[in-house]
Amino acid sequence: MADLKSNFLGISSPNPYWLASAPPTDKEYNVRRAFEAGWGGVVWKTLGAEGPPVVNVNGPRYGAIYGADRRLLGLNNIELITDRPLEVNLEEMARVKADYPDRALIASIMVPCEEAAWKAILPRVAETGADGIELNFGCPHGMSERGMGSAVGQVPEYIEMVTRWCKQYYDRPVIVKLTPNITDVRKPAAAARNGGADAVSLINTINSITSVNLDTFSPEPSIDGKGSHGGYCGPAVKPIALSMVSEIARAEATHGMSISGIGGVTTWRDAAEFISLGCGNVQVCTAAMTYGFKIIDELTAGLSEWMDEKGYTSIDEVIGRAVPNVTDWQYLNLNYIAKAKIDQDQCIKCGRCFAACEDTSHQAISISDDRVFEVIDEECVACNLCVDVCPVDGCISMVQMDVGEIDPRTGKTVEPQYANWTTHPNNPMAKAAE
Amino acid sequence: MAQGQMAPGIVSGRLSSDELTSNFTDLHPPLAPHEAAVAADRCYFCYDAPCVTACPTDIDIPLFIRQIQAAQPQAAARTIFDQNILGGMCARVCPTETLCEEACVRETAEGKPVEIGRLQRYATDTLMAAGEHPFDRAAPTSKSVAVIGAGPAGLACAHRLAMLGHDVVIHESKPKAGGLNEYGIAAYKSTNDFAQAEIDWLLKIGGIAIETGSALGDGISLDGLVQNYDAVFLSIGLAGVNALRAQGADKDGVRHAVDFISDVRQADELAKLPVGRNVVVIGGGMTAVDAAVKSKLLGAEHVTIAYRRGRDAMGASRYEQDLASSQGVRILTNVQPVAVHGNGSAAEIELEYTTSAGGSLTGTGETVRVPADQILKAIGQTLEGAPEGLELDGNKIAVTGAGRTSVTGVWAGGDCAAGGEDLTVTAVAEGRDAAMDIHANLTT
Repeated sequence: MADLKSNFLGISSPNPYWLASAPPTDKEYNVRRAFEAGWGGVVWKTLGAEGPPVVNVNGPRYGAIYGADRRLLGLNNIELITDRPLEVNLEEMARVKADYPDRALIASIMVPCEEAAWKAILPRVAETGADGIELNFGCPHGMSERGMGSAVGQVPEYIEMVTRWCKQYYDRPVIVKLTPNITDVRKPAAAARNGGADAVSLINTINSITSVNLDTFSPEPSIDGKGSHGGYCGPAVKPIALSMVSEIARAEATHGMSISGIGGVTTWRDAAEFISLGCGNVQVCTAAMTYGFKIIDELTAGLSEWMDEKGYTSIDEVIGRAVPNVTDWQYLNLNYIAKAKIDQDQCIKCGRCFAACEDTSHQAISISDDRVFEVIDEECVACNLCVDVCPVDGCISMVQMDVGEIDPRTGKTVEPQYANWTTHPNNPMAKAAE
Repeated sequence: MAQGQMAPGIVSGRLSSDELTSNFTDLHPPLAPHEAAVAADRCYFCYDAPCVTACPTDIDIPLFIRQIQAAQPQAAARTIFDQNILGGMCARVCPTETLCEEACVRETAEGKPVEIGRLQRYATDTLMAAGEHPFDRAAPTSKSVAVIGAGPAGLACAHRLAMLGHDVVIHESKPKAGGLNEYGIAAYKSTNDFAQAEIDWLLKIGGIAIETGSALGDGISLDGLVQNYDAVFLSIGLAGVNALRAQGADKDGVRHAVDFISDVRQADELAKLPVGRNVVVIGGGMTAVDAAVKSKLLGAEHVTIAYRRGRDAMGASRYEQDLASSQGVRILTNVQPVAVHGNGSAAEIELEYTTSAGGSLTGTGETVRVPADQILKAIGQTLEGAPEGLELDGNKIAVTGAGRTSVTGVWAGGDCAAGGEDLTVTAVAEGRDAAMDIHANLTT
């Protein structure tokens, strides 16, 4: 059995799965249940400054996007940071940490962008015995309108400044949680590093309106006929998160930075993908909110199983393995030529590949009178759309052509050497091949 | 004297009213909205979908299921009714397992097709429950068409013609319209008097008059109709039944399965309907299964279907055979009746084993006797009462194209016409297509 023990910034946990700062980690009761279920750590629901806590709406906080059979693919929320008094949260955190010393417990914090506010709360958090803090610079709704959350995360200078204060007044790891509601995520990540952050975590939720009620014309979730954008999360946002994580992992200014991956982690596979793109651990929320804490059993067993199959004995061996393979489009090998191939034994003859290719792509699939679908190599550009729309996993595959074969589409021989756009004759900016 | 199921002879009241009510509720209950949503989500929206090809009425099945997915079951129903105005009944009685659902790619993929029939019922029931009729009549054409027989073919033809602006008079020999929908379909498939409700709904298009108790040869003649109307559509069904060639076949207790089924459909009180203790149904088609299952549901203790060939040759689909088996009906194959024994009334049927060696069916000489106080003959219906002068194709009215008979101005469709399977859905398609052809003929 592969060892799933995680050591992120010196914070140990029995596995790399933390529950993200969110509704599931808002109070002692939930967190104890999570730890009993086997979660490696939690990032406690974001704490605000001393004083009367924020209030939440009293109507629906969530909206959803569904796939077939009402499978939840995306969740949107307009809940704010914890609406319970600071003292109550701190007391509970201290109790839980004392009872579960082997689990990671991180305090998420969001207070106004003033040094005094941070200076005031950090010692109190430290007293709880929490293993570290996460700065919530990502929340896109409600708090951002008060100059916190993503309002800070969208200004790299603020990130750097607040991070610096935290490093000054707090002696344990500082993680900066980034918002995706920004053009270039490398900038805030670099700012966090400049401020001394030990790690970044991303992504926080994405500005979103899940739907519009066509009777009332109110956005959903609707509060008394009005709606506001919320934060989007769940399986649907994973590709965005993976891309942003990879940008930070390979950018010069942020390369090598510790990353806690967040965004649609639903199964072990998602976690393995985040880790391979440079994350030291992952944080989960929507999957737990959809299916309950028990999913940790599949998340841990699955990751362990896959690592055993691959011969990896620790998480560290997986971290960043995919990063060298993330490149810019211009460096992709234009001499790599593939063709779609349909396995007739697996084909159920739905014809979706045909419709997709014929109507929207390259007219590279033929249909016979008895519904046999075949790829026309002369037309196939290997776009992969047929693979993507086929309901049968593995029925259509992309097969690489061998060197020396002639691509019937172009009439050209498949060349052995790597060649990309930077040297392509069609590129007006092409550099002369050496 | 034994009571209930054990009572000898053909008697009523074998089961309590409550048991009978429970037995004759919907065999396949309608889908609830959640069930429909789950079932609809399984459709892949295939290209040139095989289910549509398999549907005799060419309903755009992927479209209507997508409309259910998109939370518009009434729009889905309009898609269905565009092609098949009796889509509500077809959703209940179509042998989908040999039509659309057999062709479904998920049958290929997982052995579990999309539940097209039940989804169709969900859509059509939703629209019909709203009391709406989804079509408007075109401007009157002042043309009139006579339709003979108010079964599925006649109704479909009449509706389409009325929609196109023609006036239609339907002559129906029976007291009620509906044909086999009313008198033939298994009661557990068409509950709550659905056949009549569907006709009432269909007639909302306007322009259709139904004269019941009015049959060809009984005051009306084809010649007269041809003279008085701009076109005639014959949908007279198969009124005759094949005779059972077995010694003693005239004994009491031997009757036609179609009559028995009709009695069940028309019964005011099932508890008053007599049924045998030991029922034997002769035949292998849908009528045989319906009669056998109904007998069982009425409380017969033992019900046997006796069919002269093997299971694969049965007209009833495997699904229907399994339905019969699940209701406790025994299916005996490769046996043919040779004699009915009993003193005045049937008591036993003697069956001879058969073999199909060499292609022709022959008796082996070995026989078996099965207790039978009621014997129901389901060995096929035949054309009866077809007007003189029409060319026949085998035992049915010969047609070319969209139901054109050998007589100018006369079309035919449904079971009485040659070609196509004897199914409700096929009859609807033929009626509809004949209507379009009549319309083209009347307007050019």
